[in-house]
Amino acid sequence: MEHLQEEKVSYLQVLKNGIFKENVIFRLVISLCPSIAVTNSVRNGFLLGIAVVFVQVMVNATVAVLRRFIHPRIRIPIFMLIISGWVTIVDMLMAAYARAAYKEIGLYIQIIVAFASILARAEMFASKNKVLPSIFDGLGSSLGFLAALVTISFFRELLGKGTLLGMPIVHAKPLLIMVMPTGGFLVVGLLMGFFNWIDMRFYGGKGAGGAGGH
Amino acid sequence: MAVAKKEHQLIVSVSPHIRSEETVSRIMWTVSLSLLPAFAMGVYYFGPKAVYVTALCIIGSLFSEWIVEKMAGKELTIRDGSAFLTGLLLGMNMPASVPFYIPLVSSFVAVAITKQLFGGIGYNIFNPALVGRAFALITWPRAMTTWLTPTASFIGMDAKTTATPLGILKEEGMHKLIEIFGDKMTLYTKLLIGHRAGSLGETSVIALLIGAAFLIYKRYITWHIPISFLATVAVITWIFGGKEGLFTGDPIVHLLSGGLILGAFFMATDYVTCPSVRKGQIVFGIGCGFLTALIRLKAGYPEGVMFAILLMNCFSPLIDRNLKSRVFGARKEAKK
Repeated sequence: MEHLQEEKVSYLQVLKNGIFKENVIFRLVISLCPSIAVTNSVRNGFLLGIAVVFVQVMVNATVAVLRRFIHPRIRIPIFMLIISGWVTIVDMLMAAYARAAYKEIGLYIQIIVAFASILARAEMFASKNKVLPSIFDGLGSSLGFLAALVTISFFRELLGKGTLLGMPIVHAKPLLIMVMPTGGFLVVGLLMGFFNWIDMRFYGGKGAGGAGGH
Repeated sequence: MAVAKKEHQLIVSVSPHIRSEETVSRIMWTVSLSLLPAFAMGVYYFGPKAVYVTALCIIGSLFSEWIVEKMAGKELTIRDGSAFLTGLLLGMNMPASVPFYIPLVSSFVAVAITKQLFGGIGYNIFNPALVGRAFALITWPRAMTTWLTPTASFIGMDAKTTATPLGILKEEGMHKLIEIFGDKMTLYTKLLIGHRAGSLGETSVIALLIGAAFLIYKRYITWHIPISFLATVAVITWIFGGKEGLFTGDPIVHLLSGGLILGAFFMATDYVTCPSVRKGQIVFGIGCGFLTALIRLKAGYPEGVMFAILLMNCFSPLIDRNLKSRVFGARKEAKK
C-alpha cells in the first residue's frame, strides 16, 4: 500500500482496486465465514453487504480522522473499539427498523466486529491516509465484498432453492446441497477458481494467493 | 522422456533402470475388468436401467475429465482408464432407478471437482467415486434411497421399490428380515448371490469376490485393507449388533449386505487415497470398519461404508507419516 501515498492515485482507481484487484473474498481470501454463513439467499447476502459497506466506510473515516492521535503500540485495540462502536450502531438501527431481516442475520451483524477485512483496511489504508481517500478505499473494499456476497448467494439460491429474492425461477428439482454449508464452500471455491481462470487467461495474472482468515 | 526414445545414444539416467510392465492405465483397465462380473449380475437383476445409469456415469466422467483438462491446458488422460473406472464405480454405487441428471451431475462432482481440481490423477485426497455418491445422496436423498426390487427379467420392468436388507434390519430388526426371506439359510444364500435390493453393483457378493480374488492374484491389491476392514465390521456387529444383549448380533448379514464388499475391496484400496505402508493399511482398514459399524448400528443412515471410507481418506497422510518404516541405518528422528 505504500505506493498509494507517494503517487497520486485517483479516487476512482482506489475504488476499483478494492472491488477487483483486492476483492476481499476472491482475491485476498479473507472474511470467508460470512461468505458462507449468510449467502443462502440473495436478500440476506445483500443486507449483510450493505451493513458492511456502512461500517467499513465509517470505520475508515473515523480511523483516518484520528490517525494522528492513536499511539502505534495500542492501535489495534483502538481500531477494534472504533469498529465495535459502529457495529453496535448498525446493530441497533437494524433491530429498530428492519426487524424481519434482523431476526435472520442479526447474529452475523454483530460478528462484523470480527471481520478481518474491516480491520485490514483500517490498518493498511486508513491509518496512513487522509480522510477522503480512506472513505473511497473503504467504499471500494466493501463494495467488492458486497458484490462477492451477492454473486455467491445468487448461485446458491438459484441452485439450492430454485428462487431469486424469494421468487420462483427454476421449476426443476433444486440441489439441496447448495443451501447447506457444503454448498457454500463449493460455490466460493468454484467462483474463486473461475475468477482466477479469467484473470490468468485474459489479464495475464498469476491467480490469488490467499492467506485465509474469517 | 523424449530423450529416452532415441536409440543409439548413450543415456545417463537415474535409477530405476529396470521397470515393470505395469502402468497406470493397465491397472485401471484391469480393475474395471474385474468389476465386470458384479456389473453383469447388477444388469441381470435390475435390467437395462442398470446399463443406462452406469453408461451415463461413465460418459459424465470422461466428459468432465476432458473438459477440465482442456480448460487447464493439461495433457489429456482420458485413455488411461482412471476416469472410466471412477464412472464405473460410481454407476455401480447407484440405485438403478435414479433419473438421468443424477449420474451426470455426480460424475462431474467426482471427476472435475474431487479429482481434477485437486491436481488430477494421484493428487486427490478423497476417493472421487465416493465423493460423487456422497454428493448425490445428500442432494437427492429420496431418489438415492429408492431401491428397485430385483426381478431378473428384462421385460415387464414395473418399477417396484423395496427396502434394502440393512434398511429393514435398522427399522424392524432381524426377525423381519428372516420373515421376508423365509429362513436364515435362504437369507444368506440370496445375499451371497445378490438377489436383494441395493445399489446396482453392490448386491452380488459372490461376483464381487471373484473380481477381488483376481485382483489379489494379480497383486494389484493386498489383503491388508479389505480383511482388517471386514474383520472389524464382523467383530463389532457380532458383539454390539444384537438387540438382546452382547454377542447376539449377526455378523454374516452385516458382511453380506450393503456396499461393504464393494467398498472394502474396490474403494478403500484405491492407491491414491489409502496409506501405502502395510501397517498403516491395517490401521486404515480397522478405522473404516469401526466407522462403518458405528454408522450402521448407531447413526441415522442404514449404511455407512461410504462415509467411513471418506473419513478415513482424510487420515491417510497422517497414518502414512506416523507408521512409515525407518530407513535402514538411519537414526530415529528426534521428536519435535
